[in-house]
Amino acid sequence: MQLEELEQVAKQVRRDIVRMVHGCQSGHPGGSLGCTDYLVALYFRIMIHSTDFDMNGQGEDLFFLSNGHISPVWYSVLARAGYFDVSELKTFRKLDSRLQGHPTTHEELPGVRIASGSLGQGLSVAIGAALTKKLNNDPGLVFTLHGDGELQEGQIWEAALFAPHNKVDNLISTIDVNGQQIDGPTNKVLDLGNLRAKWEAFGWDVMEMNGNDLADVIRVLELAKAKAYKGKPIMILMQTNMGHGVDFMMGSHKWHGVAPNDEQLSLALGQLTSNMQDY
Amino acid sequence: MKKYTYTESKDTRSGFGAGLVEAGRKNKDVVALCADLVGSLKMGDFIKEFPERFVQVGIAEANMMGIAAGMTIGGKIPFTGTFANFSTGRVYDQIRQSIAYSDKNVKICASHAGLTLGEDGATHQILEDIGMMKMLPGMTVINPCDYNQTKAATMAIAEYEGPVYLRFGRPVIPVFTPADQEFVIGKAWMVNEGTDVSIFATGHLVWEAIKAGEKLAEMGISAEIINIHTIKPLDEEAILKSAAKTGCVVSAEEHNRLGGLGDSIAQLLAKNTPLPMEYVAVNDSFGESGTPEQLMKKYGLDEEHIIKAVQKVMERKQALAK
Repeated sequence: MQLEELEQVAKQVRRDIVRMVHGCQSGHPGGSLGCTDYLVALYFRIMIHSTDFDMNGQGEDLFFLSNGHISPVWYSVLARAGYFDVSELKTFRKLDSRLQGHPTTHEELPGVRIASGSLGQGLSVAIGAALTKKLNNDPGLVFTLHGDGELQEGQIWEAALFAPHNKVDNLISTIDVNGQQIDGPTNKVLDLGNLRAKWEAFGWDVMEMNGNDLADVIRVLELAKAKAYKGKPIMILMQTNMGHGVDFMMGSHKWHGVAPNDEQLSLALGQLTSNMQDY
Repeated sequence: MKKYTYTESKDTRSGFGAGLVEAGRKNKDVVALCADLVGSLKMGDFIKEFPERFVQVGIAEANMMGIAAGMTIGGKIPFTGTFANFSTGRVYDQIRQSIAYSDKNVKICASHAGLTLGEDGATHQILEDIGMMKMLPGMTVINPCDYNQTKAATMAIAEYEGPVYLRFGRPVIPVFTPADQEFVIGKAWMVNEGTDVSIFATGHLVWEAIKAGEKLAEMGISAEIINIHTIKPLDEEAILKSAAKTGCVVSAEEHNRLGGLGDSIAQLLAKNTPLPMEYVAVNDSFGESGTPEQLMKKYGLDEEHIIKAVQKVMERKQALAK
């Protein structure tokens, strides 16, 4: 898909996000809006994948969302890519829905391969999937997304140590560096320090990109794919604005996990026009 | 009382090691992971035969559980190996979210369970693991009684699709079950038919129950002894049938009284046919350093305590009959 089309999909996904969160008056719009461009690029341009979902994903690229609270953006992208009908987005966080507050395999939603929500577990899971791909001589790549606040979990650093030691070089991880977490800016809550230096010291091939510039996201992810199978796992530090695309939600931790009211919804939708249909 | 003899004694963890190699030979998708305890878990033979199918994760159990969950995607059957304490309490949330809730085909294999770990003391002697694991929806919980049964159980869980907690131990104990046994998950094993009392034992306590049964027979008490190697799913039919016959029950396990096999049996009886019941278990405490024999005696987990529990429960049964 070309850049102009991707821009339209990203706009529509952002509309879906604010409508979903408004519809159930709960959920996490901030990180979802910030990571929209990344997920749209991944599913509509970068990954080799099939919407005819198979858990084992043999021959496909796999994606794991470790920061499961940004489920709205993932659900929207999966639906828009064709994994399930977009009309199902209206069931988000409601009783008897496959679109649980945090992603799960339990309700068998196509596209989801592991439950996430309790933070810090996705990198380990992705490493396991990457090891199996190698054992199966499967050339597919494994992608992951993490929040920056999530890096405060210790398990991340166990995985960070493991992957380079074991040359898990079919793994392309990304951290959403938006500098915000529930209780405030990350540098106030628990400073993450120099992330590039940290991941390089652990032995990762570290790249950086502007996560709210689709052209840059595509350029860097393509570059990362070219660097796969060269002996090192890849870590992309992705700068984003929490709440990107809705001016009053941007750059503040206050919209991490708060739903817009009716007035805020119409204000947000006025800033997000696309040539696609709402669900 | 049926006579049980043995010609050799072995540790159940060696049964796991032997079963893992066999499972690996039968199924190329079986892989093993270990958190720096290869020798303790007896994984050496598997590693020697299938080096490419072994993952050394280092002292990082949370990462091990996540990697194991991920390895199932693409069809592998991962067996994780570390001490029972580090297989459960340390990584409960990882097991809960990435394995149980995600319904991943991971076999959590846990050695050095309970007091018989011995001299290392309470930091390593987990007595709560059965409770934690059986509370997870979809988790199968197995605690075999000797080398042969642990080997058979290890091979059986490789064939079963779904998350399993397999619990075994460190000490050398008599090998009294058949080498060629078929291990059926969830099917209790009749050790001795009796009429006066039902003893439901699991793990190392099965041998203690057999020794107790012999002494009880000399005292004129006919004990029915059943090996509950699978705590979840519980063989409810076998338990209710035996309890209906004898009218009183003793549970025996190397675990806290709270949350263990006894709890599961008590709940079953309460729902169906409330009967006098006594527990041979650790009475809601931590362990301590000592030899396995010293600890089993001090914490009330040996044949002597099983006999006392039988006498007590039979007195209660007789009092009810009056």
